[in-house]
Amino acid sequence: MNALALILRREIRLSMRQAGDSAIIVLFFVLAAILFPFGVGPEPNMLARMAPGVVWVTALLAAMLSFERLFAPDYEDGSLEQLALGPAPLETVALAKAAAHWLTTGFPLMIAAPLIALLYRLPDAGYNTLLITMALGTPTISLIGTVGAALTLGARRGGVLLSLLVIPLIIPILIFGTAAIDAAIGGYPFRQHLLLLGGFFLGALVLTPIATAAALRQALE
Amino acid sequence: MKFFGENISCVRGERLVFRGLNFAVEPGGALVLTGNNGSGKTSLLRVMAGLNRATVGKIAWSDGPISDDPEKHHGRLHFIGHLDAQKPVLSVGENLEMWARLHGGTDEKIAMAIKKLKLDGFEDLPGRYLSAGQRRRLSLARLVASEAPLWILDEPTIALDEGSVAAVRALISEHRDAGGMAVIATNVELGLSDTTKLDMRDYAAGQDDIWEGVS
Amino acid sequence: MIQKYANPARFNRLAATLLPWFAWPAAILIFAGLYFALFNSPPDYQQGESVRIMYVHVPSAWMALFVYTCMAISCAVGLIWKHPLAHIAAQAAAPIGACFTFVCLMTGSLWGKPIWGTWWVWDARLTSVLILFFLYLGFLALQNAFDDPARGERSAAILALVGLINVPIIHYSVVWWNTLHQPASVIKMAGPAIHSSMLLPLFLMAIGFKLYFLTLLLLRMKALMMARRARGMSMAQLHHQAAE
Repeated sequence: MNALALILRREIRLSMRQAGDSAIIVLFFVLAAILFPFGVGPEPNMLARMAPGVVWVTALLAAMLSFERLFAPDYEDGSLEQLALGPAPLETVALAKAAAHWLTTGFPLMIAAPLIALLYRLPDAGYNTLLITMALGTPTISLIGTVGAALTLGARRGGVLLSLLVIPLIIPILIFGTAAIDAAIGGYPFRQHLLLLGGFFLGALVLTPIATAAALRQALE
Repeated sequence: MKFFGENISCVRGERLVFRGLNFAVEPGGALVLTGNNGSGKTSLLRVMAGLNRATVGKIAWSDGPISDDPEKHHGRLHFIGHLDAQKPVLSVGENLEMWARLHGGTDEKIAMAIKKLKLDGFEDLPGRYLSAGQRRRLSLARLVASEAPLWILDEPTIALDEGSVAAVRALISEHRDAGGMAVIATNVELGLSDTTKLDMRDYAAGQDDIWEGVS
Repeated sequence: MIQKYANPARFNRLAATLLPWFAWPAAILIFAGLYFALFNSPPDYQQGESVRIMYVHVPSAWMALFVYTCMAISCAVGLIWKHPLAHIAAQAAAPIGACFTFVCLMTGSLWGKPIWGTWWVWDARLTSVLILFFLYLGFLALQNAFDDPARGERSAAILALVGLINVPIIHYSVVWWNTLHQPASVIKMAGPAIHSSMLLPLFLMAIGFKLYFLTLLLLRMKALMMARRARGMSMAQLHHQAAE
């Protein structure tokens, strides 16, 4: 069995044994999203107008909370050391970790997103696009967040710091994710937005494992 | 194949820990590092494993420096450090299997490791129920569960009872008889025969300023 | 033995030679630039006297990007060739760059009040500069987040490189987002119609800012190296005392 599959299987097994951890992130996502109507009032048109943005912003914030523990347990108990000493390059480890993060956090967030859109009465035309943008955008966020998690390993107040590093980097995903949904609702073409989101994903897929591996290498030193 | 280092110096936390250190391990050999706490035993082991970079100097196998192909070097060694790399929610078997498979270990090897480290009967026990000594034995089981010519062990007998220390001694002897090599940092006498000693005090950098002679 | 990698003595000599060549021209250029900007250039027919803010705002914006690029390049040098001076340069440049970015945001806001009637507009340029400011803050925060300073400088270096790749992506995303949500009705800062009498002070200020940056950079690098050396010496002394 190759290293990627081994690490992935271990991560999934771990997250199944600690299923509560993923559930808490999704719960935070839903809770943060239902705060907005209390703040701005329940006027249906306004909520429908806000829906794409709120779903995306709260999904991003929920994802930020999940990154802090991505490498920290492995760093603290020596697993990361052993992974680094394995026969697979650290880039593979980084990719496996990002994939595992998406499966255990990104994917659940994506599934929960239409539910929140429903509470906000997102127009029917938006749901498919919402799912597609989430499917294209959340893996990119997992990849970029993995870099942030590796960079802040062992830092004082790593969690808050991680958000400070990662949030500016994912603004483009937020911009095109919400714009695609808005365009779909308005009946405008949105293929370009999706292509750009796909492009971001491919770029991140190639580049972020290199950055993550470099960060992990010096975290272990 | 020989594993050796030449003129190694190591700076950690802006301090020169040791300098001008040389070592060599031949197949079947064992190198025992001694020295006080903070003398750089762990730093040296991590440099040997390739986890840390030596500030100056070269670490190599007969067929080339480890920095040329870190993955090949990693494939040739087992590193047992202070941290046990075990997950409390995974069972003993699952914990061991992960690292064994990563290094190409087979089912028979894993079963043998469980037996040799006297962990039989614990396979399905979640890691969180293990005692410190049992956790140590589970870490050491990685040595048997997959093969590697070089063992790098940091205080391998910590938390172990006398019987287990004897088992570890037997493991190391067996490994060396088969042509394996071991580098061990320890402050207790392990009772291994025919070892090379390396006293870290001989390479201590003392109070020298690392910027010495610069300005 | 660090001598092999970086030679503080040689750097100090170089810095001492270069400093006056940066500092004096910087001062002269900035004073000349300010004179032309404040007294010897025409008010804009649309923006009136407020246009003079531009002579600080635009060079600051250029510096914000320029310093970030310099910083990322020296981070790359530090990571690839393990040259400690490169990390020190990046460490020295970051707060200077952050200050230029802040000045750019402040002057943009001050300019916005009389022109747009509000302190902040989600204008594409201002918004990307704001994000750049957060990239700087992230770099500084990461650098200081570790107990081991070496760890902080290497982590921050990787972040700077990731940021450098992202800066153009963020910028064009924001520009696109801005045109989508805000049809171009606002007056763009430093729009295409720049009178030639405005170019002279702008040019003087831009060069002056660059030299000012180099002056500060050298001074900060010297200070950081001394601090590092003092730390190393006190560490060695502490360990020596403990060993006795």
